[in-house]
Amino acid sequence: MSDDHVYLSLAEGHDDSDARWAFGTGFEDPLHGVDQTVPEGTDSAQLAAFCLALGDDALVSAQRLAQWCTAAPELEEEVALANIGLDLLGQTRLLYARAGQVDGTGRGEDAYAYFRDADDFRNVRLAELPNGDFAFSITRLLVLSSWRLALFERLATTASDPVLAAIAAKGAKELAYHRQYAAEWVVRLGDGTEESQRRTRDALAAIAPYVDELFADDGELRTEVLAVLRQVTDAAGLVLPEVAPVPGHGRDGDRTEHLAPLLAELQSVARAHPEATW
Amino acid sequence: MVTALVSVDSRRAWRIAAQVPDPEMPMLTLADLGVLRGVEIGADGTVVASLTPTYSGCPAMAEMRAEVAARLRDAGFAKVEIRTVLDPPWSTDWITPEGRRNLSEHGIAPPGAAPSGPIKLTLSPTRRTVPCPRCGSADTEETSHFAATSCKALWRCRVCREPFEYVKEI
Ligand SMILES: [Zn+2]
Repeated sequence: MSDDHVYLSLAEGHDDSDARWAFGTGFEDPLHGVDQTVPEGTDSAQLAAFCLALGDDALVSAQRLAQWCTAAPELEEEVALANIGLDLLGQTRLLYARAGQVDGTGRGEDAYAYFRDADDFRNVRLAELPNGDFAFSITRLLVLSSWRLALFERLATTASDPVLAAIAAKGAKELAYHRQYAAEWVVRLGDGTEESQRRTRDALAAIAPYVDELFADDGELRTEVLAVLRQVTDAAGLVLPEVAPVPGHGRDGDRTEHLAPLLAELQSVARAHPEATW
Repeated sequence: MVTALVSVDSRRAWRIAAQVPDPEMPMLTLADLGVLRGVEIGADGTVVASLTPTYSGCPAMAEMRAEVAARLRDAGFAKVEIRTVLDPPWSTDWITPEGRRNLSEHGIAPPGAAPSGPIKLTLSPTRRTVPCPRCGSADTEETSHFAATSCKALWRCRVCREPFEYVKEI
């Protein structure tokens, strides 16, 4: 403790591998020490693209949830939304780390999160829509968490890559809590005042055109998720309208105008200081 | 003889790693929490400690890895390797009886049995009872699904009026 500067003093005597004060070191790799082998017969490029897309969904969702900080109707909801965002950010990190291992570039999570432009993202577009009011954000959370949970439960038992299967098995447990939280709120809002019901009905109408792209051609997944959503909307006295889907597909790189500004904010510090560690 | 020494050493390495406290719930050791999955010594003397994260976004993971490695090195193990184990995923069922006692004694209600298999959505109010860790009353209610860390919910006791945290089953 020879230095007066508190940060420098704290940093003293810790080599890089300790990571306690110097983040950005090896211990920060969420897949630190995990066996990286890609099983034979698994297409690495496809696996990497899939991990990246699932990571993009979670990163963009987490960023939207973070925007509720200091703006949620009650402290408890703010804590809940932040916690859900943190879980999703954790899933993002694991998925990006896996993508970097298998796509042959060896890129770390930051390269994917901070140094790709909106056109390079492959998240579903529902995740990037602006937060709107609390009813919209909570209803979107219900749709996205129900879908992601169903998908992760399936990946946990069927993914050919054991790392992806493990990430999904872990994430599914978290997503079950997210879905439960959102479902209870949608019922409360739908079954609440005229105003809360109107807002939740508007939210469902705004979300409906973006639901189709969650399933692509996967009819089984669609049936499973829509059944859960119907369970909630029935209890809430509401209906998810059947409407024509918006053209294009987020997984193919089609974006709304809302992703670029979101990423600009998310990426500003990392791009201003590209080699910084913290 | 060599085997016996290795086994004495690996037991000692386990004890050292096991005693590292959880950064967010320091009344629990990593062994109590069930995140320390194993400590082995390889043929070349490398100590390999396996850790599993509680939640995907647990910010304490880096700190845990660093602390386990640092304590093992301080104890004279020159080569230390930390491995992350993702499978099977961590469950609150792995919190030891000792860990549950320590949680209660610090005013945090320990988790019940974790659900297994695909999780069904239930919209009827769940009548889960979480006894108050302070007065033992079963007359308690949830105030928030989420609390200061991902792993806990907020509850309050209607009898002694105290709020308390509750480690959620996962
Ligand atoms: Zn009490």
